[in-house]
Amino acid sequence: MSSTMLQEPKMTQDGSIDPAQLPNPAAASNPAPTSVPGLGPDVARGPAALLVDRVTKRFKVARKKQPVTAIADVSMRLERGGTIGILGANGSGKSTLIRLISGLLTLDEGRVEVFGHDIVREEMAVKRLINRVSVDAAFFKKLSPMENLLFAARLYGIDSGLARRETVRITERLGIAQKRLGRPVEQLSRGMQQKIAIARALLTSPALLLLDEPTTGLDPRSKLDVQTFIEEIRTNHDASIVLTTHDLDEAERLSDEIIVLNDGRIVAEGSPAALKRLVAERHGEAPTMHSVFMTYTGRSLDEDVEAAAEDDE
Amino acid sequence: MRAEPALPQGTHPMTALTREMKASYAFIERNFFLSRRYWGWEIAFLVYSAAGALSISLIGAQAGDPRLILTLMVGAIFWNYLSVVFSWIAETISIERWEGTLEYTMMAPVHRSTHLLGAVAYAMVYGLIHTAAILVAVVLFFPNLSFEHANIGTIAGFMVLGSFSFVGIAMLAAILPLLYVERGAQMTFVLQSVLLLVSGVYYSIDVLPGWMQVISHLSPATYALDGVRKGLIDGVPLSALWGDIWPLLVMGVVFIPFGLWAFSRAERYAKRHGKLKRVG
Ligand SMILES: Nc1ncnc2c1ncn2[C@@H]1O[C@H](COP(=O)(O)OP(=O)(O)O)[C@@H](O)[C@H]1O
Ligand SMILES: [Mg+2]
Repeated sequence: MSSTMLQEPKMTQDGSIDPAQLPNPAAASNPAPTSVPGLGPDVARGPAALLVDRVTKRFKVARKKQPVTAIADVSMRLERGGTIGILGANGSGKSTLIRLISGLLTLDEGRVEVFGHDIVREEMAVKRLINRVSVDAAFFKKLSPMENLLFAARLYGIDSGLARRETVRITERLGIAQKRLGRPVEQLSRGMQQKIAIARALLTSPALLLLDEPTTGLDPRSKLDVQTFIEEIRTNHDASIVLTTHDLDEAERLSDEIIVLNDGRIVAEGSPAALKRLVAERHGEAPTMHSVFMTYTGRSLDEDVEAAAEDDE
Repeated sequence: MRAEPALPQGTHPMTALTREMKASYAFIERNFFLSRRYWGWEIAFLVYSAAGALSISLIGAQAGDPRLILTLMVGAIFWNYLSVVFSWIAETISIERWEGTLEYTMMAPVHRSTHLLGAVAYAMVYGLIHTAAILVAVVLFFPNLSFEHANIGTIAGFMVLGSFSFVGIAMLAAILPLLYVERGAQMTFVLQSVLLLVSGVYYSIDVLPGWMQVISHLSPATYALDGVRKGLIDGVPLSALWGDIWPLLVMGVVFIPFGLWAFSRAERYAKRHGKLKRVG
């Protein structure tokens, strides 16, 4: 993929989403959203792309057992156009957090706002602004990528003509030949499927893009492709991104801000550079993401992932 | 890339309505894509259903009783229609759970009523086409059967009323896979079987034990089948079948809103307890 063909104007043309222009009914009555501790002062910057305020989620697993706290008192703020990386071992609560933001799980405590819209009270407005890519590329596997994407586009009110053109354009940039768009998804490789999943999300022009371990389980080549593509989205689209991963290098490469989750709690946060500096200065560790992770979670990510992968269904 | 901007306050209701209609078309088109992709199975299923309808009607032929042939034929064909409609609606959720797409559909900006409307519309169109094909097969097989008494208005009326009242029950059945991740689809299947047993599809419900007849009266299929039979065999006009009409009307009016309400409750429950999807 040459970088020149990837250049494209930002989404400011007709009908495109400009989050700054979105109605913000909360703004009048409540001009300053609650500032979130740890993420800097809350100056008048317009609504955050994402505001998570003291969110907790528990799951009842068995009748007599204590509920599992998957997310505990988590707060974060993502400015428009930024990328937040959520780093955590398997079972640390990354997907739960993404699902809470997506409205796929209800909040037990706390609140979430997307571009100033409360996700509970303004559910539809929020749904139009977000899309998500999960670790498993979920498709109707006998249907073709085109059929799957047409369905997705229609759900978001996009006409089939426009959806077809956009699908061809986006997948072309991902290096997917047009002839593949008509074959059943199940005949495509995992890497290819994951790219189509990202294309599906982009098709709806999300102002907030939630990427839940988009590269987990991909072969090194596809992983690199997907990472490169995420980088392009960051530079070429006006999308704010939440990216979860348990890949340290990926988190460092792709995020402006990193949050380390451990057992549902935030144990560290800051820019990759600041976090590395911190472990070096305060703990005398090597200035790497690996030592950041070790220091704050007390475990090595690689080992943990292996172990957890086995007892995870 | 383009998308519609977030709905500003005070959007014209017509625009909102058009948007919902378009979104519900998404489900119609997608189900059509699925049928098209699985065309081999569609044909196999059609052949199976036609063979089933024929073999049951042949019981009447063996008894040498044209009236019995017609009674059984109506049962087979009309039950086929109802169960096809029922399955498409009831499986809306389980299909997506099976494919793993459920979360994507649930997070799309689409009202659940719109979603279900799309499922219902496809189910009815599919059901009509499927049933028409079987009807043709059966009629060709029994060229000597006479339909001279048939009252088309009555038959059509009960087709409409029957589907209308079945929709609510099918929606309730669609909830089960939301609540019970593993067993939901199986429970839906069992529910369908019970409806077959109690609704007098091939026999009069009088032959059932008393307690079963109580359930029979709760099944819309009981009234719909009775109405269609009277219209087809005896040519009874719609106006004379009020006893079958009002229960169907009531069930439609009660079950559909109740189904929608229960569906949204079930969705909330699923989102509270993490039942939509767990892995990944
Ligand atoms: N739907 C669910 N039902 C019950 N427990 C869940 C559910 N989803 C997640 N959990 C539990 O919550 C914790 C966090 O899981 P998850 O968010 O999937 O972590 P991650 O994505 O970081 O691997 C785990 O202990 C997991 O078992
Ligand atoms: Mg996960």
